[in-house]
Amino acid sequence: MEQSDIPGHQAPLLRIARQAGATTAQLLVTFIGLLAVTFIISRVVPIDPVSALIGERATADQIAEARLRLGLDEPLWRQFLLYVWQALHGDFGLSIKTHQPVIQEIARFFPATLELSTLATIIGVLIGIPAGVLAATRPGSLPDQIVRLVGLMGYSMPVFWLALIGLLVFYGDLGWVGGPGRLDASYDMMMEFEVTQYTGMVLVDTALNGRWDMFANAFSHIILPASILGYLSMAYISRMTRSFMMNELGQEYITTARVKGMPERRVIWVHAMKNVMVPLITVIALSYAFLLEGAVLTETIFAWPGLGRYITDALLVADMPAVLGGTVVVGAVYIGLNMVSDLLYRLADPRAR
Amino acid sequence: MTFEPTLRRLGAAAFAALMLGASPVALLAATPADTLVIADAIDDIVSLDPAEAYEFSGLDINNNTYDGLVELDPTNGQMVPGLAESWSVADDGTTYTFKMRPGVTFASGNPLRAEDAAWSLQRVIKLNKTPAFILSQFGWTADNVDKMVTADGDTLTIKTDKAYAPTFLYNCLTAGVAEILDKETVSAHDAGGDMGNVWLNSNSAGTGAYVLKSYKPKEGYLLEARKGHWRGDAKIPKILMRHTPEAATQRLELEKGDVDVARTLTPVDLEGLKGNKDVTIQQDVGGQIYYLAFNQKNENYKNAKFLDAMRWSIDYQGVADTIMKGTVIVHQAFLPKGYLGALDDTPYKLDVDKAKALLAESGIKDPEVKLSVRNSPDRMDLAQSIQNTFGQVGIKVDLKVGEGAEQLKEYRARQHDATLQTWGPDYPDPNTNSSTFAENPDNSDEAKNTGYLAWRNAYDPGELKAESQAAVMERDPDKRKAMYEDLQKKSRETSPFIIMFQQARETGLRNNVKGFYTGGATDSAAYWLATK
Repeated sequence: MEQSDIPGHQAPLLRIARQAGATTAQLLVTFIGLLAVTFIISRVVPIDPVSALIGERATADQIAEARLRLGLDEPLWRQFLLYVWQALHGDFGLSIKTHQPVIQEIARFFPATLELSTLATIIGVLIGIPAGVLAATRPGSLPDQIVRLVGLMGYSMPVFWLALIGLLVFYGDLGWVGGPGRLDASYDMMMEFEVTQYTGMVLVDTALNGRWDMFANAFSHIILPASILGYLSMAYISRMTRSFMMNELGQEYITTARVKGMPERRVIWVHAMKNVMVPLITVIALSYAFLLEGAVLTETIFAWPGLGRYITDALLVADMPAVLGGTVVVGAVYIGLNMVSDLLYRLADPRAR
Repeated sequence: MTFEPTLRRLGAAAFAALMLGASPVALLAATPADTLVIADAIDDIVSLDPAEAYEFSGLDINNNTYDGLVELDPTNGQMVPGLAESWSVADDGTTYTFKMRPGVTFASGNPLRAEDAAWSLQRVIKLNKTPAFILSQFGWTADNVDKMVTADGDTLTIKTDKAYAPTFLYNCLTAGVAEILDKETVSAHDAGGDMGNVWLNSNSAGTGAYVLKSYKPKEGYLLEARKGHWRGDAKIPKILMRHTPEAATQRLELEKGDVDVARTLTPVDLEGLKGNKDVTIQQDVGGQIYYLAFNQKNENYKNAKFLDAMRWSIDYQGVADTIMKGTVIVHQAFLPKGYLGALDDTPYKLDVDKAKALLAESGIKDPEVKLSVRNSPDRMDLAQSIQNTFGQVGIKVDLKVGEGAEQLKEYRARQHDATLQTWGPDYPDPNTNSSTFAENPDNSDEAKNTGYLAWRNAYDPGELKAESQAAVMERDPDKRKAMYEDLQKKSRETSPFIIMFQQARETGLRNNVKGFYTGGATDSAAYWLATK
């Protein structure tokens, strides 16, 4: 590389590695901060974890015993230290509602969410970016109108309505896709007892096990919710792509490139796209992160055991260990995605190195 | 070689991936023949340990994986011998002898002994979890239970602190908390002195027709039938429960035949299923009753004529036929249908003229009722109907809409004026409702008897209290029944409670499913009789 020859300048990769190190340190601090915030929230909310645990009929003895068991008699700072220590060891305690280790439950729910939102984001990106570019390059044309209208609908239509209608049409009437849940009932049992679960993601695990019949069934179940979430993601991505791209296309370097006689395709997809990519990475990362925790209604309608539903259900019954565990995982995902998009910026934009 | 077909299938899957939703993937239309697939909302489950399980969905599982000494016949709700073949009570009325059924084995293969039964009941008291009160009301404590419940050979002896009505004990022994566990298996999984409590959350150790094969909270569970059950083996080898929180989703799955049974359908879904030839709607009752309660700290609610006027100001049948359609039946006594002594007659109906006359006789001018209602759509619809018909009579109703937990707090602190509530019985004996509606040990604010609905409404039931207390001691079952009938009649004519409805449960079944019993008001679901 040319730059590496300049004295006093480190190789970009090395520099990126150094910056990554600094970022990791930042991340750790952010993570502890996240734990502190979730802990404080759990102590100030006016929810009594004991009554949530043992119900209306409990006697004073039963209440005292439960308080002791939950460690609620300890001073607050000790409770926090214990909480951080346990969280760093992946121990978020037992769910008050189900009496199962929260980490085990998250290990069940998170892969389901990850699978769904990844597929949705792929759909959103694959359709959203070209659609946004198409609209930006022909502002006011029919394709632009269509992209904007479809985007606006994705913004404004309630997702539960979309999910229900989607289910009614594609599953109920047309029978093109599998129904709610991750697999048909018969495969559900096979998944548990005949398939080695490496990742908890049904598509990945069935593929790794070579169970293509189950893979196809899983695909027929995931495609509808993924398309619906993908549509929302697409609406956001296409809109942002359009506006970023229009902004870039008005810049002088684009005019220069065009004057130089560069083919229009190259002007758009190489010159302009390079600059559009930087803010777009943030948009995609945000939309991805949102799907990881914000797809509650879709997950409910599709009986999808997702993290958003897990946290919401837990919140409704004041199951604070589950809420905190879920929140910490979502927070960690945000932090992680932030780091990834930071690194991607640096790769996409030389000025950020 | 297997390589090529695999590749081809991979190709097909990739093609499907490209089609994005319009993929003609072959789907298994029907559910597996050996499995009953049920869609229900099961996120109420807290624990599957019989000593702790106290939620509907958990009790449904345990009813199929465990048996009790005394059982209820799922087909008619009648009390029948379970793991005890026969029983008797001594003349003193406090010593019961149960003879264990011979030849019964647990799923582990261990034989059932009286020792297992004694240990299981003692364990409930020692663990002291939420439903322990059902058994501790017989005077059992952690200190004395080893003496109160004892095993000798094939005989189990149970002592109670007072000579209660024997049916009171038997009814309580049919409750989920009194299921019998395999002592050896459970003891082997003791963790830190928890008597197997944690292990039993994901395993079963009973004599029941099914074994808990897998349980994933908020996702579902799988039960597998065992061979050699004493009552005869279950008809369907596997029960697969899929947690499906959304009713509309359940309905679609039922219509498509992807599930055999849908258990939490709304009136809208039921209406939509009416014309479907593949689906049958089965009607059952549940144990919950819907009632209005009036706080007697407001002197108006001590006025007998005024209370009576309100009883004639509700369109019971109209509500049951329209806004609450399929979810309630008209019921006007505090014991739900299915309980010993339950009253089925419904003397009250909407009669505006009669209510107006009673209101005039009461001497109360322009009465106002501040009715607390929780903010769920069905409750608000019901409250609005009451507001409307009360208005026709000349009783102004102000609706105070709020969140359920807040309203319960207000109710338990006796700060409401009037409230629309539901009450679910705690165990399958009439005393559970009689004690709360017709007994109030101390009506002072300081007593904080929040477990008694009478106390919550500052209502002193007077002579009804003695009658209720006598009924739980009455050893002649027929007399006991008559006492509860009499109690309910008096209560509905004098108390500040207006009991309006009993919960109805409508279950959607594929046409080929037969023999699916939900357990009615007193029991839990029985899967072992189902066929398809």
